[in-house]
Amino acid sequence: MQKEKITKPEISIQNLSIAFGPKKVLIDLNLEINKGENLVILGKSGCGKSVIIKCIIGLLVPDKGIIEVFGENILASSTEELNNFRKRIGFLFQSGALYDSMNVKQNLLFPLRMNKEIELNEKEKLVKEVLEKVGLSEAINKMPTELSGGMRKRLGLARSLMLKPEIMLYDEPTTGLDPITAKEISNLILEIQKDQGTSSIIITHDMNCAKITGNRIVILEQGKVSTEGSYKDLEQSKKEEVKGFFE
Amino acid sequence: MPKSKVSIYSSYQKLTEGIIHRSRSILIGLADFSMFFIRYFKELIRPPYEINEFVKQSYLIGNQSLALVGITGFIMGLVLTIQTRPTLAEFGAESWLPAMISVSIVREIGPVITALICAGKVGSGIGAELASMRVTEQIDAMEVSGSNPFKFIVVSRTTAAMLMLPLLTIYSDAISMFGSFVGVNIKGDVNFRLFFSQAFAQLSFTDLIPALIKTTLFGLVIGLISCYKGYYSDKGTEGVGQAANASVVISSLLIFIIDILAVQVSNFIID
Ligand SMILES: Nc1ncnc2c1ncn2[C@@H]1O[C@H](COP(=O)(O)OP(=O)(O)OP(=O)(O)O)[C@@H](O)[C@H]1O
Ligand SMILES: [Mg+2]
Repeated sequence: MQKEKITKPEISIQNLSIAFGPKKVLIDLNLEINKGENLVILGKSGCGKSVIIKCIIGLLVPDKGIIEVFGENILASSTEELNNFRKRIGFLFQSGALYDSMNVKQNLLFPLRMNKEIELNEKEKLVKEVLEKVGLSEAINKMPTELSGGMRKRLGLARSLMLKPEIMLYDEPTTGLDPITAKEISNLILEIQKDQGTSSIIITHDMNCAKITGNRIVILEQGKVSTEGSYKDLEQSKKEEVKGFFE
Repeated sequence: MPKSKVSIYSSYQKLTEGIIHRSRSILIGLADFSMFFIRYFKELIRPPYEINEFVKQSYLIGNQSLALVGITGFIMGLVLTIQTRPTLAEFGAESWLPAMISVSIVREIGPVITALICAGKVGSGIGAELASMRVTEQIDAMEVSGSNPFKFIVVSRTTAAMLMLPLLTIYSDAISMFGSFVGVNIKGDVNFRLFFSQAFAQLSFTDLIPALIKTTLFGLVIGLISCYKGYYSDKGTEGVGQAANASVVISSLLIFIIDILAVQVSNFIID
């Protein structure tokens, strides 16, 4: 009994289907993420990777299927419940999605602004801490438009860490970064997993990032998970579509 | 069937299909907008309140339009005075000039001109800003962080527009009257106190109050329409321009419609 409780997955997706007009993007997708695990999702551009994590966070509503997060079906929850879920989940947008009208500090404080329990100086301490983690300490008073592409990505990451999430959803965290920074970010993702026991989904095209961060890798193809395994397993795979990623 | 009949038939069919499709999308748009409208009032009264954002937006709206509204107000007052003067002089009713100008400015010209300028300046700004926030996923990001972007973005901006429009109108009225005073003084020499005592003599609260209620409605329309167009923009970067454009066109049109209705209603009540 006890054991079953411990192994209950943090996120469980069953028979998830979604279509945009005539285009079926996900078809009866099944996926589970265990507690404390880093799951990497690989797949061709446009195959629906971002759509999966947008369904998990409730930005897109699937046509069919069940999504359980922390053991509860988010599709059946009220707006308030959904917002409470969302506060426990960090989401890094592929595009960064920074608030252009706010500076770096205000961007980071935004997720906390309705939280009256944390004192202001404690919030500011948290801002400094998170900025240090992603190496953006000097940029604290800059506007997002003054930042480089890589800095924007790191700021997006910093913002999603502000609420100390139990689940992190990373949409291409290293795309557009130089190899050195990319490696730093990959290591940071690993560090977050270790320090905070976060369970994560990492969408990436960067095999180095997949290698560093992933405990388990799935490949998405035609709306379904086609292959699953550790980095080592997949590296030795004979399948054409898997080999393509490792060349 | 002969060939020409078939083609006439099919072009009729196309036409009716087109009309049906078009009216359906208009109806759906109206239904969507009504929901948006209702949601605005619901979120407006439900705490927590976004006071800081409201103050910031009010400041921005005021600051953006202050110069433009002032200049236009001044010119309106000046031109109206210069234009009306000869006609009144013909009837020997020149002394009525200040009163006539003040009544027409306070009742009609001030509110409508200010609202139209704000529809152009503020409405297009809000429409474009929100649409680009939508495109760059900033609205999604707010939602994902467990906040309520509708409240933060839509409620604060619309309410700010509702507050600022009447204030801008009063400011514009005042400058128009000053413009009129300058106009009177181009030919002849009228004492400042005399001019304004004549101007205010004919003004009463039944002129000012309906005008202010009307401008509050104008503000509501500008805020809601441009927020709606921007918030639900979904055509990428192209949608940004479209949202800005539609915000201005639709809110200007609605300003005139509300103006006509307001005249009828206030006449009915005052009579
Ligand atoms: N809101 C939406 N409306 C319509 N179609 C959408 C929407 N979101 C995604 N799609 C479609 O779903 C498909 C999958 O999109 P998604 O963004 O998940 O791709 P992806 O796997 O993340 O690709 P990439 O690696 O390029 O980011 C695409 O064909 C896209 O056109
Ligand atoms: Mg994507």
